[in-house]
Amino acid sequence: MTGWFRFGTLRVRDRKGSLQLKPHKLAAKNEVGMVKSELILRLAELNPHLYQRDIERIVSTMFDEISTALADGDRVELRGFGAFSVKARAARTARNPRTGVSVSVSDKRVPFFKSGKELRERLNAPSRAEKSTLRDPAD
Amino acid sequence: MIKAGFLMATVTRAQLSDAIYQEVGLSKNESADLVDSVLEQVTRSLVQGEPVKISSFGSFYVRQKGQRIGRNPKTGEEVPILPRRVLTFRASNILKNKINAKK
Repeated sequence: MTGWFRFGTLRVRDRKGSLQLKPHKLAAKNEVGMVKSELILRLAELNPHLYQRDIERIVSTMFDEISTALADGDRVELRGFGAFSVKARAARTARNPRTGVSVSVSDKRVPFFKSGKELRERLNAPSRAEKSTLRDPAD
Repeated sequence: MIKAGFLMATVTRAQLSDAIYQEVGLSKNESADLVDSVLEQVTRSLVQGEPVKISSFGSFYVRQKGQRIGRNPKTGEEVPILPRRVLTFRASNILKNKINAKK
């Protein structure tokens, strides 16, 4: 249990009280997942008629556009996928958990994402069906 | 400050595909298809349980939730909430800073 103190900020307790790495640390540890460059490669395979640099620009434009909208305080709603919004957080006094020293945190805005209905349903659909449709029947 | 409700605009697929149309010069139809295609590829990765990390934007993670007992807040009736997978988004520091830069 000493890990709790050494990695205090990296671990969370799940509902059953067992220690679990926070999801972003877990993912970093396991080195799994898709990064932007892999997303671009997949899209390039699916769109052989486009230049890869155009696909790079398409992906960047999309996420830049979402970022800019959020910076302007706007909401981004992508039906079936989810919605990005900005939430206000009031100023508060926090404590450094290691030293116990109080620090004041000024009010700020934080980005928030809520997954869409269709995406939630697909995440929880009997996943075998989805996986088998992805597999090429030829191999 | 956050804009009041009446000032707040909502950006949808239409604005994203319009930005691609102007930025990359594809046809409007193709731009719209590509927006869908990007979101579809992100979704597929997540459905496989694989996180998606977009540098300077943020990351999407799938988390497994165990079963727990919920309550209908209206009737007080206990209902089991089945184990399920939920999606979490973690914004990058670049995005967080961008959102707080314009005050």
